[in-house]
This record gives sequence, C-alpha cells and structure tokens, in this order.
Amino acid sequence: MAIEGADIVKAAAFLGAGISMGLGAIGPGVGEGMAAAKACEAIGKNPKEAGLLTRTMLVGQAVSESTGIYSLVIALLLLFVV
Amino acid sequence: MAYDIQTWIKVAAFSGGGMAMGFGAIGAAIGEGFTAAIANEAIGRNPKLSGDIFKSMLVGQAIAESASIFALVIAMMLLFTNFPQNAMTPFVLISAGLCMGLGAIGSGVGSGFPSGAACRGMERQPKMSGRLTTNMLIGSAVCQTPAIFALVVAFILLFTDFSMHPFSPTWAAILGAGISSGFGAIGSGLGGGLVAEASCNGISRQPETVTPVTNVMLLGQAVTQTTAIYALLVSFILMFKSFPSTDLLAPPMALLSAGICMGIGAIGPAIGEGFAGRSAVEWIARNQKHIADLTRLMLVGQAVAESTGIYSLVIALVLIFVV
Repeated sequence: MAIEGADIVKAAAFLGAGISMGLGAIGPGVGEGMAAAKACEAIGKNPKEAGLLTRTMLVGQAVSESTGIYSLVIALLLLFVV
Repeated sequence: MAYDIQTWIKVAAFSGGGMAMGFGAIGAAIGEGFTAAIANEAIGRNPKLSGDIFKSMLVGQAIAESASIFALVIAMMLLFTNFPQNAMTPFVLISAGLCMGLGAIGSGVGSGFPSGAACRGMERQPKMSGRLTTNMLIGSAVCQTPAIFALVVAFILLFTDFSMHPFSPTWAAILGAGISSGFGAIGSGLGGGLVAEASCNGISRQPETVTPVTNVMLLGQAVTQTTAIYALLVSFILMFKSFPSTDLLAPPMALLSAGICMGIGAIGPAIGEGFAGRSAVEWIARNQKHIADLTRLMLVGQAVAESTGIYSLVIALVLIFVV
C-alpha cells in the first residue's frame, strides 16, 4: 500500500474534523444544560417572570452555543474546503 | 518481525479484555461508593431505620454493579474464546473491549445517584419508602440502557463475521463503531442519573407530588438518552454498511473519525440535559402550580443543549456517506 502525501493530508483533515466536532460538542452541551437548570430554579422561585427568564436563558444559551458552532464550521472547513 | 495473525489476535484479545474491565470498573465503583456514603449519613441521623436503608442501599448498588458485570462478561469472553483467524479479528476484539469498558462508566456512576437519594429519602420520609424504591428502580434502569447499548454493540462485533468485507476500510469502521457506542454511553448514563436523583429527593420532601415528579423524570431521562441512541445509530451504520475496498488512507480515517466525533460529541449534551432535568424535577416537587411552565422550560433548554449533539451526528453522517 503506497501512501502518498495528499492522501495523508486528507486523512488528517477527516480525523481533525471528527475530533473538532466531537470535543467541541462537550462544553456547549454541559454549559447550556447549566443555564437551563438555573432558569428552571428561577421560574420555580418566581413564576411571574417566566417570559423574561425564558428569554434570558435562550440568549445565554445562544452565546454558549457559539463555540459549538465554531467547531462545526471548522469541521466543515476541514471536510470540504482545505 | 513476521506478521503472525495468531499472535496479533492474542495481543488484541488480552489488551481488549484489560480495557473492558479496567474502564468498566470505574463507574460502578464510584456510583456504589456514593450510595454507601449517603446511606451511612442517613443511618447516622436515624439509626432506627437502618434495616430499610441498608436493604435499599444493597439493591441500588446491585443495579449500579450490573454495568461492570457486563464489562466482566465481555472481558472473560475476550480472554477465553477462540476467535476466527482472520486479519479483521484483532480490530474487532479491541473495539469490543473498548466499547463495553467505556460504555459502563456513565451507567455505573449514574445509577448511584438515585440509589443514594432514595436512602436519604427513606430517612426523611419513612412512609414513602415503597414509592422511593420504585422510583429508584425505574430511574436506575433507565441509567443502565446506554450500558446495554454498549453490550449489544460489543456482542454484535464479536459474533459477526467481518472477513467477507475488504480489509481496508472495514478495520476503521469496526474501531469507529466501538468508540462511538462506548464514549456515547458515558453522558447518557450520568445525565439520566441526575434526573432520577432529583425525583427521589422530590418525593421524599413532598410526597403528594409523586405523579408529576415521576412523569417529568421519565420525560427528562428520555431526552438524556437521545444522544446515546445517536451513537448507537452511528455504530450500526458503521458495522452493517458495506464499504468499497480502498488502498488509500483517507477513507478508513473518515470512518474512524465518524465514530470518534459521534461518541465524544454525545457526552456533553447528555450531561447538560441531565442538569436541566434535575433542576426541573426538583422545582416541580416544590412548586406544583407551575408544572407546565417548568416542563416547557426544561424541554426548551434541553433542546438547545441537544443541538451540539446533532451537529456531531451530522458531521459523523457526512464523514460516512459524503466524503
């Protein structure tokens, strides 16, 4: 089996894409879960503000989602562009 | 060094068996220790109830133990079975060992949480001990499902004949299948345990909320299991799809990478969903009037946390089917 340079580069790009998206999914998942947990707690304590709390939770989660999206972008770049 | 297939099969079987039992021992031991710690605390507060609490501690620990018993079974099989002598077998053995070993971690730790909470609850509210045991058993059983997924994948790997498939890239698909289900089980086992823990705590504090607490627990746990199911799906595709033979390095790496991506990517979302579910169940027990609000918020929050797990699934499927 003759392995050429271009082949190794492609293999590394594929492996990198998987590692990028796999590891990159851990943080946002845990962080967004924590945000949702605290939002549930706050609604339990102060149900009148449910609308405000839901909005704040979603904005906070959207921000913590960003690193997951960066991972997705890098994975797609590795797969299709470089 | 001559390439001697018999030697390599032995090497793979022994290292796979070691990994299965080594990783597989981590989770159950932690979970059981947690249960025992809380049972001791509860008995210390109320020694009269020691009989009931001791019994439920042992039942809870037995469930947590089952994950590591699965690992023991796979390790024993790897050590003592005569496997077919073909080039694919070493990869199958390593993959099966890794899959069951990693897959037992989350379920073992997760099952410890509801058992501990049930012991604490019995001390607080001895009248509810029957209901607490039921919830503990249901909750722990759900926690064990990802370990059972890993066991199923390990068995399929061990008993399927892969020798008909081209060596490359099937070796990578086999490794990827084990890695996907193994890592993918960690988060779901843990997350499911967190939700079940809150339900046992809630029932012992507010016994009248048994029904909504149990319903939302099951809902929350079901959501935490989804990422383990994605990982199982990717494993099945990797095991059963037939791939064209290749001399290049890139196609096998894409399949291995798909397994790594889905497996590791499933950990975080499931743990996050477990946090959200735990808090929702806890507050439903305290604030029954707002069950609908809390359930809705839990599901919205979990859906957002799920998104990165879905990105991982998408990348894994692209790696398998597109590139």
